[in-house]
Amino acid sequence: MEILILLLALFVLSLFLGVELIVKVPPTLHTPLMSGTNAVSGITLVGALLAAGSDTSPMLVNVLGFLAVTFATINVIGGYLVTNRMLSMFKRK
Amino acid sequence: MSSSIVNLVYLFAGVLFILGIKGLTKPATAVRGNMLSATGMLIAVVITLLNSEIVNFTYIVAGVLFGGVVGAFMALRIQMTSMPQMVALLNGFGGGASLTIASAEYFSVLNIDAHTFADLLQPVALGADAFGTGAEGQVTLVSIGLTILIGAVTLTGSLVAFAKLQGLVKKNFGLPGGPIGNALLLIGGLVALGCMIVNPSQAVTVLALIALALLLGLFLVLPIGGADMPVVIALLNSYSGLAAALAGFILGNTVLIVAGSLVGTSGLILTKIMCVAMNRSLGNVLFGKMAAAGEAVDADEIYAGKVTSAQPDEVAMMLEVAKRVVIVPGYGMAMAQAQHAVRELADSMESKGIEVEYGIHPVAGRMPGHMNVLLAEAEVPYDNLVEMDRINPTFEDTDVVIVIGANDVTNPMARDAEGSPIYGMPILNVDKAKNVVVIKRSLSPGFAGLPNPLFAMDHTLMVYGDGKKAVVEMTTALNQS
Repeated sequence: MEILILLLALFVLSLFLGVELIVKVPPTLHTPLMSGTNAVSGITLVGALLAAGSDTSPMLVNVLGFLAVTFATINVIGGYLVTNRMLSMFKRK
Repeated sequence: MSSSIVNLVYLFAGVLFILGIKGLTKPATAVRGNMLSATGMLIAVVITLLNSEIVNFTYIVAGVLFGGVVGAFMALRIQMTSMPQMVALLNGFGGGASLTIASAEYFSVLNIDAHTFADLLQPVALGADAFGTGAEGQVTLVSIGLTILIGAVTLTGSLVAFAKLQGLVKKNFGLPGGPIGNALLLIGGLVALGCMIVNPSQAVTVLALIALALLLGLFLVLPIGGADMPVVIALLNSYSGLAAALAGFILGNTVLIVAGSLVGTSGLILTKIMCVAMNRSLGNVLFGKMAAAGEAVDADEIYAGKVTSAQPDEVAMMLEVAKRVVIVPGYGMAMAQAQHAVRELADSMESKGIEVEYGIHPVAGRMPGHMNVLLAEAEVPYDNLVEMDRINPTFEDTDVVIVIGANDVTNPMARDAEGSPIYGMPILNVDKAKNVVVIKRSLSPGFAGLPNPLFAMDHTLMVYGDGKKAVVEMTTALNQS
């Protein structure tokens, strides 16, 4: 139970940190912010790897894990690449 | 690899994510920020792969290869005008990943293997205790249920948003009963969730939850159209983060919680900014229609005999003597792919010593920041892209405003006509400028369905036709003069 409380504390503090960080992002970067955070949410790949790579789990779990790895990898690779592509267009004269 | 080391590395990855988002607060540091964030991701993935529980790499390699190729192809090939569709898809895949992870965890803990669908409907021997003793097991089950619910809603909701933005689904329709139908789906989903927590050995409860949540996502977004899409995309972005954070609670994984909550707040803040910019509540966007207040405004009465139209070369003559010009782009510019033509017109004006700026309304386009990305693609320096609050006081000193493909965000009724459905929505006060040029296909109303008195004002000229063609003709005429 103690661990759960710690995780909850981490969650709540991260929410507050998120607010402080995001309100400072200028409107001109809101689209890259969305695609960039999409890439970050691809962190679910970490959980997906565990589900897909376990040898003791039933086949059904591995298949769901494969789907999760695929989805999350699209997010990570697609998200970071497209964000980079957009950001490198923003130039100052 | 001890779990302490793994968690320390996760902490480091989390710090890199935070620094990455911090980099996005300035265009000059944004590329570096994105790289930092990507580095954090790589580190987190690598340390996870070293985990001794991972022994079977077949599914991992297949998934990473397949997902990597699809992701890279999408990211490198997508047109900038289609960026809202891309973000919608990425939101959906994020939700899909959380949904499948939570389901995998459920079936893994209960050791359910199914070769046919009927196998899934059999109750299994293991119960709630398998998820942890006492309250811990309950919390894990609640997390699994909520992750499935939010992940599934995000998945189908985003796919519908994608289909709408891509023009595959043009009609806006919902369940009979509208919000009530959706409320019933949600209640059904929560009941299934409750049953799953009470009696986890019945996999049918999870299947029901998944099905109801997928349907809910569909019918939440199907009724919402056009100009409300920025709110929907921002909200789904938030959901995808929230689902990831909840998945972190299932797995007891700190980096998932930190990253997920950052994404969740990011989406929520963008949602709020979009709602404020439309002067509408979130509930109104999701469930309502435009406020049906005031008497119907007769478009003919406003426009009759008062609209002046002009040819592009006449506009060029006007631009020639201007000192300051503001360009106001809207979704129509994206539709016409006119961003490069607009930049060339601005270049031509600047070479004649005319000051040119762009006035960007927060909800112009189909997602937050849509116009900025398009103009950045056309190599417009971001210093020239001015947000609403800063450009509004300058319109009185502006000789010509060129409105291209924008409508409702320039409608003075939002400022002046109390009782109008859009009254109170912050607008770009383009009517305060000395001259206004509106490039538009016709006098048809915008998303709000209202006539725009701006078009009938004495100092407004309408240039009818394709946005790109009109702008190119203006540039040619201006260059020849």
